[in-house]
Amino acid sequence: MDEKKVAVQEGILGLIEKNSKLSVPEIAAMLDRDQAEIAQAIAEMEEKRIICGYNTLINWENTVHEKVTALIEVEVTPQRGLGFDKIAERIYQYEEVNAVYLMSGAFDLTVFIEGRTMKEVAMFVSSKLSTLDSVLRTATHFVLKKYKDHGIVMVGQKKSERMKVTP
Amino acid sequence: MRDPLSEKVKSLKPSGIRKFFDVVSEMPDAISLGVGEPDFDTPWHIREEGIYSLEQGSTFYTSNAGLLELRKEISRYMKRKIGVEYDPKAEVLVTVGGSEAIDLAFRSMLNAGDEVAYIEPSFVSYLPCIVMADGVPVPIPLKEENRFRLTPEELRAAITPKTKLLMISFPNNPTGAIMEREDLEKIAEVCVENDLYVISDEIYMELTYGVKHTSIASLPGMRERTVVINGFSKAFAMTGWRLGYAVGPERIIRQMIKLHQFAIMSAPTTAQYAGIEAMRHGEKDVEMMRDSYNKRRHYIMKAFQDMGLSCFEPQGAFYLFPRISEFGMTSEEFATRFLNEEKVAAVPGSAFGDSGEGFLRISYAYSIEELREALGRLKRFIDRLRGEQR
Repeated sequence: MDEKKVAVQEGILGLIEKNSKLSVPEIAAMLDRDQAEIAQAIAEMEEKRIICGYNTLINWENTVHEKVTALIEVEVTPQRGLGFDKIAERIYQYEEVNAVYLMSGAFDLTVFIEGRTMKEVAMFVSSKLSTLDSVLRTATHFVLKKYKDHGIVMVGQKKSERMKVTP
Repeated sequence: MRDPLSEKVKSLKPSGIRKFFDVVSEMPDAISLGVGEPDFDTPWHIREEGIYSLEQGSTFYTSNAGLLELRKEISRYMKRKIGVEYDPKAEVLVTVGGSEAIDLAFRSMLNAGDEVAYIEPSFVSYLPCIVMADGVPVPIPLKEENRFRLTPEELRAAITPKTKLLMISFPNNPTGAIMEREDLEKIAEVCVENDLYVISDEIYMELTYGVKHTSIASLPGMRERTVVINGFSKAFAMTGWRLGYAVGPERIIRQMIKLHQFAIMSAPTTAQYAGIEAMRHGEKDVEMMRDSYNKRRHYIMKAFQDMGLSCFEPQGAFYLFPRISEFGMTSEEFATRFLNEEKVAAVPGSAFGDSGEGFLRISYAYSIEELREALGRLKRFIDRLRGEQR
């Protein structure tokens, strides 16, 4: 891929990684490119699954909605010829599973699960996750408070102290 | 009772920004395009170093010129950025913001009646500092058609036998103009020819877009006749720390240190420790901020184009200086109506000197969401003005 294209891609990703609400004309203006080029680059990246989705970062703690998140360390037996991919797939297919990462270190997979209650999450781990053939061991850690997520501080509310007019 | 005041102080006009500030502060729901400081918090690793210095009990005066460690860092930084070497022991002074350094430089160099040619529009403190140092301010009005750069012809026209100093500031507040090497070379020639000293305020040095900053001090024959003013405020988003510096020939800096010692003693110690960290490890923060300002610069330039607002493309700082004279109002009238009708504060160009009349200073140190809202209101406002004109 030529350098110019890479620069445009990186420019777009740098912007929408932090703010997916930016419109195509706005992105085009900020990168000093024309709109058609930006629209096409975004379409291409969606096609290639470079851009996989546009989520919203929600602090559920500030709502009436009950929600718990757990991080589960999972130790598994990799399968011949397939490594960890097969077992990872069996785990990530569950709707309750929010994220699955293959890890280096003392265990193999990190699995993030969301549920309405701790019991619901615990039930999922004991009945669905632990019972998989390749799963050797699990350790469940519940998230008590999210301080920062995706680079955004979730706690407190900081008001800008800048004066409105300064030299 | 006798008048307690000095005639000189009384003769100074209050800052045009101050006046506007008072109006804006009466309007709590107003939004703004009027600030002259970054919208970033000071990067955490720099703040953390300041906190650590407090934990360690580093709460004493430093040497008058500033911590030697910091002066060494400033010296290295200057070498890196402008290619000029300054002896940290004799040619670097750490000050309370660039503003203090400006005041010290004038007071150290001017005799009563010496003329100072200074560019205009420019930062609000040059003129009063010149007056308070008994100098005679001679503004050089810069022109939009020259992209607000200083030309050698303009400089020559301002010089008289009494001219001792030239005061310049590029990248410029409020215009966002820069001067490139070849522009400065011509100015340097005139300075050498006429034996002028130069005070060059380069506080926005890190914020140039597409062009690398050149300091006039780096040009032949200029190091010995130039005091460079700089600071941490704009480059590292450290305005509230009040940390600046001056570098220049020993015989000038020595006198500036003398004044600084009597008036200030030493710059805040906590800020100085934070400053060391900024210079050592702040490069990538500066890059990130520069890139972010540049995107917003493009964004707002495009918005001006779309609304048909005439504006030269500035390549430095974080300001745009659109021309608003087509609406048949003074800058102040325009800014006041814009504030009253759309609740957006922007500083009238005339606050930066008479030659700023007909322009508005727009700062883009705001989030895109804030810019979007403010620019929407600006468009509505000028559409309405155009309607009135018809």
